[in-house]
Amino acid sequence: MYHKEKSIQIKNSASALYNNLGVLRIAPRRLTYFTVVHANVVNMISASWDGLNYSHRQLQSKEPNVATSTSLIMQAAFCALPSRDLLVVTSQKGIQMYESDGSIMVYWHALDTPETPTGVSSGAILVFDVPSKGSNITLSEVLEEHKESITDMASECSGSQECIANLVTADDEGNLCVWKSGEEFQLLNKIPGFDMSCSSVKLWKGTVVAGYGTGQIRLYEAVTGILHAEVNAHARWIYSLDIAPFSGLLLSAAEDSLVRVWHLTMTPETNSVEVAHLHNECVTDTQICGAKFCDGDGYAFAVTGYDLSEIIRYVQS
Amino acid sequence: MSCSCHSGTSFMNDIITTMFNKKFLEELFKPQELYSKKALRTVFDRLAHASIMRLNQASMDKLYDLMTMAFKYQVLLCPRPKDILLVSFNHMDAIKDFVKDTPSILSQVDETYRQLIEMYTPLSSGEFQLIRQTLLIFFQDMHIRVSIFLKDKVQNSNGRFVLPTSGSVPHGTQVPGLIRIFSCTGEELTRQQFNNGGNYNAALREGSFEIFGDRVTKLGTNMYSVSRPVETHMSGTSKNSAQHTKVSAAPNPLAKEELNLLARLMGGLEVEKPGNTDSGFRVNLFATDEEEEEALISRPDELSYGVINIQATKDQQANAELAKIMGEFTESGDQSPGASSKGDDLLAMMDGL
Repeated sequence: MYHKEKSIQIKNSASALYNNLGVLRIAPRRLTYFTVVHANVVNMISASWDGLNYSHRQLQSKEPNVATSTSLIMQAAFCALPSRDLLVVTSQKGIQMYESDGSIMVYWHALDTPETPTGVSSGAILVFDVPSKGSNITLSEVLEEHKESITDMASECSGSQECIANLVTADDEGNLCVWKSGEEFQLLNKIPGFDMSCSSVKLWKGTVVAGYGTGQIRLYEAVTGILHAEVNAHARWIYSLDIAPFSGLLLSAAEDSLVRVWHLTMTPETNSVEVAHLHNECVTDTQICGAKFCDGDGYAFAVTGYDLSEIIRYVQS
Repeated sequence: MSCSCHSGTSFMNDIITTMFNKKFLEELFKPQELYSKKALRTVFDRLAHASIMRLNQASMDKLYDLMTMAFKYQVLLCPRPKDILLVSFNHMDAIKDFVKDTPSILSQVDETYRQLIEMYTPLSSGEFQLIRQTLLIFFQDMHIRVSIFLKDKVQNSNGRFVLPTSGSVPHGTQVPGLIRIFSCTGEELTRQQFNNGGNYNAALREGSFEIFGDRVTKLGTNMYSVSRPVETHMSGTSKNSAQHTKVSAAPNPLAKEELNLLARLMGGLEVEKPGNTDSGFRVNLFATDEEEEEALISRPDELSYGVINIQATKDQQANAELAKIMGEFTESGDQSPGASSKGDDLLAMMDGL
C-alpha cells in the first residue's frame, strides 16, 4: 500500500518525546516544513515538493535577549489558525511562538519556577489570543480541569461546522477533556482514564481517537464519552497518532518499531464507527517517536525515531 | 563472576561502602537536573578509585564506555517505563549479594532499598516514562560497540541495539491484533483480528517492587555471568589493536588475562591491601602497557571525556553540591590534613570513619 521514499537527513537525531514530528504543508510555495526536537533544539527542515531543495534551521528554547541557559523542549507543533500559521515550542522554562518558517519569535511566555507551578505540568491549559498579524499575543484564559500533566491536545480537524466540540485535551493519567471554544472555553465532557498515560490524541468528526502507554487505541464519542472501539494496536507505548481528515486514514506509531495505517468510517445514522487495519511498516531497531501524514488525504506520511538522524518518508504505491 | 573469596578487604566492599555513604545518597536522592556527561564521568572516576584499584585514562575510558552502553541498553529495552525500577532492583540485589557477609555495609544497602521504594513506587507510569525519556537524552547518539553485545546479537555492527518485534509484551499490555467495536449501550458488537507483523506472546507476571522478590526481568542482572572476553571497539582502531580476541575452543591466554583483570575490578579475587599506597593495584584493560598508551592516543576526540579536576573547575555544571560529594571520596590511605576549603568538614568527617 505504501513504499519507502528518500529520507530527509536532519542535523541531529530525534529525542524520545511524544509526537516528535511537526509537518506543515505550504501549498502556494510548493513546500513542506518539518520539525524534529533534539533535547533543547528544534530542527526545522523546509523541503520543496520536487525533492530538489532542502534548507535547515535550528531553534533553541530560551528567552530572547536573556543570557539564561536553554532548557529541554517537550514538544514543537504547528498551529494552523484561520489567518496565520504559528510554530509553538514548549520547554521546561516557557512557551515560544514563532512564525511558521521559524524566522522570527513572536512571543515568549515564561512558566513559573517549580516552587509556584502554574505551567502545563500541573494540568493547566493556557489559552492565547493571537492576532492575524504581528506579535501582540496575549494570555486570555487558563483552563484548570486536568490534575495531571497535559500530554497532548487536538482540535477538530474535519473542517465540519456541525461538530459541537472543537478541542480535546489529554493528560498523563489518561483523562480526556472535551471543550467548545468561544468567548470562553466551555467544558463539554470529561472522559476518565484508566491510570495509564494518554500520549497522543486526535479529534475527527466528533470522535476522539486516543493512544495510550499500554499500546491501546480507543475511540470515544467526544460529547457523550461513549466508547465506540478499542484496538490492541501496539506491543509498546504509543508515541504518535495522526488523522488524514479527507480520507479518514489513521496513523499510529509506537516504541515497538511499528507504524500502522487504519481506516475509520463514521456512520452518523447508526452512530457507529468502524475501524479497519490497512497496513504495517516496521522501522527496524527503532523506537518511533513521531509519525504524521504529509497531506490531508494521507497519500504520504513521515516518521521519526529515537537516535535516528533522518525523517523517513512513505508514499502510497 | 562467582567467587568464594569475599571475606576481608576486597575492591567491591570499598567501592560499595563509598557508593552507599549516607551523605552521598542524600545528595543523589534530591530532585535535580540530569548530570552533564563530564560530571557523571567524574563521579564514576572517583568511585572507581575509592578502592586501591588504579586505572589510567585509556582503561578508564574503556570501562566507562562499557558501563554507559550497558546502562543505555537496559533503559532502552525496558518493556514498560516502570521496569527501570525493576532494573535498579536487579542492580541492588547483586550488590547486596556481594556484601551479604559484611553487616555494616549491608545495613547501608538495605536502607537504600527502603529509600528507593519510598521515592519511586508511588510514581505513575507517565512519570516513569518522563524519567526514562530524560535518561535517553543523556544516552542519545552513543553507539559504541561492545563485544559481549555484538556476540550475543543484541547490538548491530553499527552500534545500534536490536529491538525485537517478538517476545512477551509488557505487563499491562495486550498482544496486538484485536479490534473490538461496541454499541452505544456498551455491548461488544464485533471483534476482528489484524496481522500485527510480529511474533508476540502474552505478558509475563509482574516483577516484585519489594526489598526481596523475583524481579522477573533479566535486564540489570550480571551480564558477565557466562565467561567470555569483554572489550569495546572504537570505530577504525580495532584493526590496529591486538585486542580482537577470537572465540575458539583453545584457551586464549590474552582473553583469560583480560577476564582476570575484569574479575579483579568486579571484586571477584581477593587483593591484599598494601601498607604503602604507592604500590596500589594498577589495572590495565588492554593486553600491554604499550597498547593502553596507543589506545589513549588514537581515541577519537569526540569520544573523549573531559574529566574535570574539581579543584580547578569553573564549570557551572559542577555545582556546589557535586563538589561537596567529590570532597567526600578520599582515596584509601589519603591522610592529607590540608584539604581545600570546599567540603572541609565533610573530608574531616570521612577521615574519622
